[in-house]
Amino acid sequence: MTEDIVSNLQNWIDKNTYHHSEFWDLKKLVEAKKKKNLTISLCLPTLNEEKTIGKELIIFRSELVERYPLIDEIAVIDSGSEDKTLEVAKNFGADTYLASDILPNLEPKRGKGENLWKAIYQLKGNIIVYVDADISNIHPRFVYGLVAPLIYREEVKYVKAFYDRPLAFSGNVRPSGGGRVTEILVRPLFSLFFPDLTAIIQPLSGEYAVRREVLEQIAFPIGYGVETSHLIDVYHKFGLEAFAQTDLDKRVHENKPTQALGKMSFGILQTFIKRAKALGVFEKAEHETLLRQFQAKRDQYEQNLIEIVEEERPPMIEIEEYRKKFKK
Amino acid sequence: MKDYSELKNQLSGLEDKLKKYREVLLANLVMIGEIPAPTGKEDNRIQFILNRFDEAGLTDSSIDDAGNGIGVLSGKESENALLLNAHADTIFDMKTDHTMQVASNEIMGPGVADNALGLAALVSLPYILEDLKIELKNDLVLLAGVKSLGRGNLEGIRFFLENNKFDIKNAICIEGIQLGRLSYSSIGMLRGEITCRVPETYDWSRFGDASAILTLNEVINKINDIRLPKRPRTSVVMGSIVGGSSFNTIARDATLGFEVRSESQEVVEKTGDTINDIVLEVSSKTGDQIELDIFAMRSPGGIPFAHPLTKCARSVMETLDIEPRLSPSISELSALIDQKIPALTLGITVGEQTFKSNETIQIEPIYKGLAQLIGTILAVDGGYCE
Repeated sequence: MTEDIVSNLQNWIDKNTYHHSEFWDLKKLVEAKKKKNLTISLCLPTLNEEKTIGKELIIFRSELVERYPLIDEIAVIDSGSEDKTLEVAKNFGADTYLASDILPNLEPKRGKGENLWKAIYQLKGNIIVYVDADISNIHPRFVYGLVAPLIYREEVKYVKAFYDRPLAFSGNVRPSGGGRVTEILVRPLFSLFFPDLTAIIQPLSGEYAVRREVLEQIAFPIGYGVETSHLIDVYHKFGLEAFAQTDLDKRVHENKPTQALGKMSFGILQTFIKRAKALGVFEKAEHETLLRQFQAKRDQYEQNLIEIVEEERPPMIEIEEYRKKFKK
Repeated sequence: MKDYSELKNQLSGLEDKLKKYREVLLANLVMIGEIPAPTGKEDNRIQFILNRFDEAGLTDSSIDDAGNGIGVLSGKESENALLLNAHADTIFDMKTDHTMQVASNEIMGPGVADNALGLAALVSLPYILEDLKIELKNDLVLLAGVKSLGRGNLEGIRFFLENNKFDIKNAICIEGIQLGRLSYSSIGMLRGEITCRVPETYDWSRFGDASAILTLNEVINKINDIRLPKRPRTSVVMGSIVGGSSFNTIARDATLGFEVRSESQEVVEKTGDTINDIVLEVSSKTGDQIELDIFAMRSPGGIPFAHPLTKCARSVMETLDIEPRLSPSISELSALIDQKIPALTLGITVGEQTFKSNETIQIEPIYKGLAQLIGTILAVDGGYCE
């Protein structure tokens, strides 16, 4: 049984894991997009991102609107920045919205998930690609690498980014995967309750491209849990085959302190437990002892299965010899 | 006097038309600027530039044996060629964080002015000219030159000028800043380093007076005492100083980077000889090893103020309401002057904090700077500068 899962997952990984360089031919990509009559909206959720937003807009507009018309709409959806984020974004030609102005009849909530959710209402494209606005090494690959599998393969509905390619490593095999919260919290949780989802190398990456038909059918936690809930909900409704993932090389952004990761983990856990309960997966996990991590051999990714059996001893008082010795 | 009215018509409204290319130009600027390119390690930056030339359909683009990136925009008649040059190297090393920050009106980052903007103008030009439907009669040769700065000593452009197959009649060097700059002549220059070393066998019992920094200080004082003539104008630039290792250790070595600049070749050479004498004198007095390494020289020269090319450029500047600031140059212009090619250096925008990691350029004046560049190209191509 376990062997089947492993081989299925490896097949899935081989078939659905891309590197952005496979999609370098933007002319071909734009032609394919036109042929399939697709429209693509780029959503940049922001909160105080004046330092990086200008550069993202310049690069996306130059490369993916002016030179190669891949994106039909670029929108910045802001949570109420106190710096010049919106001024800079407007200046560089983005459509700018305050999240609270979209669907004004609903009680406003504040969080990245709120902006992503409202983008579905506000933006027109039948594919929406979300890219965080705090990336300092921005490059067009952050968009084309994610939308390309949706353009070329109709069965793919949700494409997730992952980041690899360390600048230097020794030996043939290197550990590969997500950040601290992914490896400490999400991967162990998925290993226990949703083993299939461990095939997603970086479940918490903030960059993904999704078809509207999927987005309109899933709920959006407004805080830290949005990426985790997406994976569980899309998996539940459409299966693992709906996913693909693209290696976008390196992503440079500010590192978060451990305390901030604690907050993030707490939010993710809440979202996770709600879904695990609703889907009744808690009981299924009782005999699961395999932790699924990732390793990469050159350009090949494979799962690394580690058996971890947490055996237990009973309270000493239950041991007869103990009771005799201490006359209890 | 040649009638510039047709050229002026071509320039009318050009600045506004160029605003359309803001994203294309600035994206090139950011992407080029974020690829580190210290002198001698420009390969990645040149490869990016080549990809841009290829994308723009410049079929003849290539990287030459020196590592220069070259693109050719063929003209309708292809008889002569106009060379556009921007140096590709920067003074920042590979480890420097090359992230560019884009604000509403300005862009900040190491090397953004010198010379990411010059290179961005160079690589954006084929796209812009095609989109504006400007067809040139002559070939436009686009050169992103390597090993230009410091010890590079213009190696890239010199190699290109000695080995290229084009019939280059004129050249324009593009620098990011400052808009209004008009250089058409080179001054004489000598660039070198003086390194002082306390020998390993030094008698350390001479407590306190053995320091490479003190010895170098002696050399600096003596150079400072050299009597330089007011005419021809001459100066010695004390550019950089590096030495020692900590607060409490006597410095074992110290290095001064300097440049002698003069309108007269003779004065440059004489000042160089005097510095050599100073080095020998201080060395024999102190017993320290002092080395003088002169690794770059330029001869004064260039075209006259009244040369048709300078006149054309001034006329274009006047039409665009740019105040020309005449200044001699010791950069790539010198290599062109050595080859007797009439050449100019132009700046694209205004900026500040040059050579620092927070180097900053203004976005708005770029359109005027680009209009000036295209105007000068049109002037040369239209035969106004002959």
